[in-house]
Amino acid sequence: MRHTISVLVENKFGVLARISSLFSGRGYNIESLSVGETIDPQISIMTIVTTGDDKIIEQITKQLNKLIDVIKVTDLTEIDHVEREMVLIKVAPKQEDKAEVLRLTEIFRGRVVDSSPRTYTVEITGDEKKISAFVELMRPFGIKEFVRTGKIAIAREGVKK
Amino acid sequence: MKKTGAEIVIECLKREGVKHIFGYPGGVVLNIFDLLYDDKDLKLILTRHEQGAVHAADGYARATGKPGVVLVTSGPGATNTVTGIATAYMDSIPIIVFSGQVPTKLIGNDAFQEADIVGITRPCTKHNYLVKDVKDLARTIREAFYIATTGRPGPVLIDLPKDVTGDKTTFQWPEKITLRGYNPKYEGNKWMIKQAASLIQKSKKPVIIAGGGVISSNASKELKDLAEYTMIPVIMTLMGLGAFPGTHELCLGMPGMHGSYYANRTIQEADLLIAVGMRFDDRVTGRINDFAPHAKIIHIDIDPTSIRKNVRVDVPIVGDAKRVLKGILQVLKETEKKQWDAVRKAWLKQIDKWKKERPLTYEFDEEVIKPQYVVERLYEFTKGKAIISTEVGQNQMWAAQFFKFDKPRTFLTSGGLGTMGYGFPAAMGAQVAFPDKTVIDIAGDGSFQMNIQELATCVTYKLPVKIAILNNMYLGMVRQWQELFYGERYSYSYLDVVPDFVKVAEAYGAVGLRATKPSEVDDVIKEALKVKDKPVVMDFIVDWKEKVYPMVPAGAALDEMIFGEEKKKKEKKLRAVK
Ligand SMILES: Cc1ncc(C[n+]2csc(CCOP(=O)(O)OP(=O)(O)O)c2C)c(N)n1
Ligand SMILES: [Mg+2]
Repeated sequence: MRHTISVLVENKFGVLARISSLFSGRGYNIESLSVGETIDPQISIMTIVTTGDDKIIEQITKQLNKLIDVIKVTDLTEIDHVEREMVLIKVAPKQEDKAEVLRLTEIFRGRVVDSSPRTYTVEITGDEKKISAFVELMRPFGIKEFVRTGKIAIAREGVKK
Repeated sequence: MKKTGAEIVIECLKREGVKHIFGYPGGVVLNIFDLLYDDKDLKLILTRHEQGAVHAADGYARATGKPGVVLVTSGPGATNTVTGIATAYMDSIPIIVFSGQVPTKLIGNDAFQEADIVGITRPCTKHNYLVKDVKDLARTIREAFYIATTGRPGPVLIDLPKDVTGDKTTFQWPEKITLRGYNPKYEGNKWMIKQAASLIQKSKKPVIIAGGGVISSNASKELKDLAEYTMIPVIMTLMGLGAFPGTHELCLGMPGMHGSYYANRTIQEADLLIAVGMRFDDRVTGRINDFAPHAKIIHIDIDPTSIRKNVRVDVPIVGDAKRVLKGILQVLKETEKKQWDAVRKAWLKQIDKWKKERPLTYEFDEEVIKPQYVVERLYEFTKGKAIISTEVGQNQMWAAQFFKFDKPRTFLTSGGLGTMGYGFPAAMGAQVAFPDKTVIDIAGDGSFQMNIQELATCVTYKLPVKIAILNNMYLGMVRQWQELFYGERYSYSYLDVVPDFVKVAEAYGAVGLRATKPSEVDDVIKEALKVKDKPVVMDFIVDWKEKVYPMVPAGAALDEMIFGEEKKKKEKKLRAVK
């Protein structure tokens, strides 16, 4: 099963390497990983999306906790949380399809952040379902390039952990 | 008062109570070596290979319970430590390795003798550091010792760029350190401890399996108290040997691949396993799905990742073995009083029957020396007073089977990584810590050659380490597998050229002795034990055909053991047919 794990770490060099080598060394799978500073510049937060059965996920969270530079590990899958991901898609629709691309972008509350005579670059934010739905809709128009941030996630307030 | 980085290293080591460093010099660590030149309190043992230095520090740590310290140069000096670090990591041994590094400005430039040792050792250290600023140095060293020696112990590496050891700063000793990401849990959960006690109360056929964690937590007394109070038999893993007296009537020896029949049988029949400070290694469990099929499992370990990694657990207790064992006994004493002797009678009688049915044995021979005989004689001559280390292979298993260890920290062996070449330098490290004790490396002819250069170190420092080579001219354990599982195709396991170990010893200025017949074994041992000022190599020419039995083949269940006698009968039959 897929799990979204949020990891608070010391903001030191080498920490990302420790985490990624833990995953590769033990044969765990990383679907996406995003890192950024928190409000406290000494602490970073990583959101890791991984898959595995219960036993593997238990090992992953325990092994993460065991790293000296890891401050806190939360498996968000188990609690109510909000997830977001952002993608930038460069599409090259035919002249007659341009209006449709713009219309779909609007429906998905996306934004065109760059345009050229032949392409639009669209920014979409949302959860996984929304993003994959949009990507599928764009596919027939010709996706030239596609980048995604990886998932970030946060627990909803007022829920017991 | 300002100090250079090198001075800070020395000062911190002294404050941590370090007396000995094992090391080897090179360009980028000369700032530190220069200070050691006339230091009265810190003694550096100059080994002949960096791997030897790390194993020596590891042996020192296992024998004393105090962290071992290593100092090496950058690049090849640092990479030579990797096997030693991985060995210590797998067996949870606290050592601190200081490696030199090229100056900070050159890092990443492929400078002369640069190696990314922090990257290389990341997966085999508990933690590691690259110190980029001399201001961080004292705190880093303090943290390193703290991390290495607390929780589940392990190796920590500190990489020191040359300029950092030369730069000056005001020295400040951090009295206390707190790491928000590292808080080992020592106290076991009270409710779980009660659950464990209640399972013990209910069980009819319990057994304790003690691992290396009992030794690192200094919990031997608590283990013995609990075992004796409840009359529960005790099995020890290879790493646990010595945690419980080997001569105790409740002791069942070692389980697993080369464990005793009765230990394995007991596990398979038990209704409760109390696993303490052990991690269910595949060499211990055999085929995992058929391991201890009738047992509930209580698993006590300081490292949460050990729990439920390999086996299902009914009562997991994360905590320090010493405190948890004490806690369980306390609960047992406070609750219902039982006549434990009576409760255990049937179970212990059953186990005794298994013991008699198939004891650990071998066939003595008048003509050729059986390797097991050498181990037995070493035991008879040194009973309880010696520190024994081993190499890896058949020698290691025979030492584990036929030597009885009554005290913790008297058996030094590479259990997790299985490192050939470990035993001799480890013995050397233990001898540095205990100059007056008898320290013996039970060795194989193959393994000994992997760090044989340390004879020079022992001669230099007058370390009377004894090396008992069970010389079979073979990579015996490999040969055993090839004989049993590869149709006797002895691919590259014969050591065509084995040096004359007596002459090698003499060339180094050590003593060399040899026994070729069983009748010579005692004299050689007696002679060796007399030597107090230099190493002694005892070359025992043993029966090269001898195998380690019983054996649970890799991937088989613990009750699918092969025994020596049956194998022999089969061989005889085969011969008759031919
Ligand atoms: C460094 C290293 N290389 C290879 C092995 C694989 N191995 C395990 S036992 C063994 C044979 C050891 O031979 P020897 O030291 O003569 O001991 P014996 O089994 O003959 O007692 C080998 C090659 C190992 N454990 N360690
Ligand atoms: Mg051999």
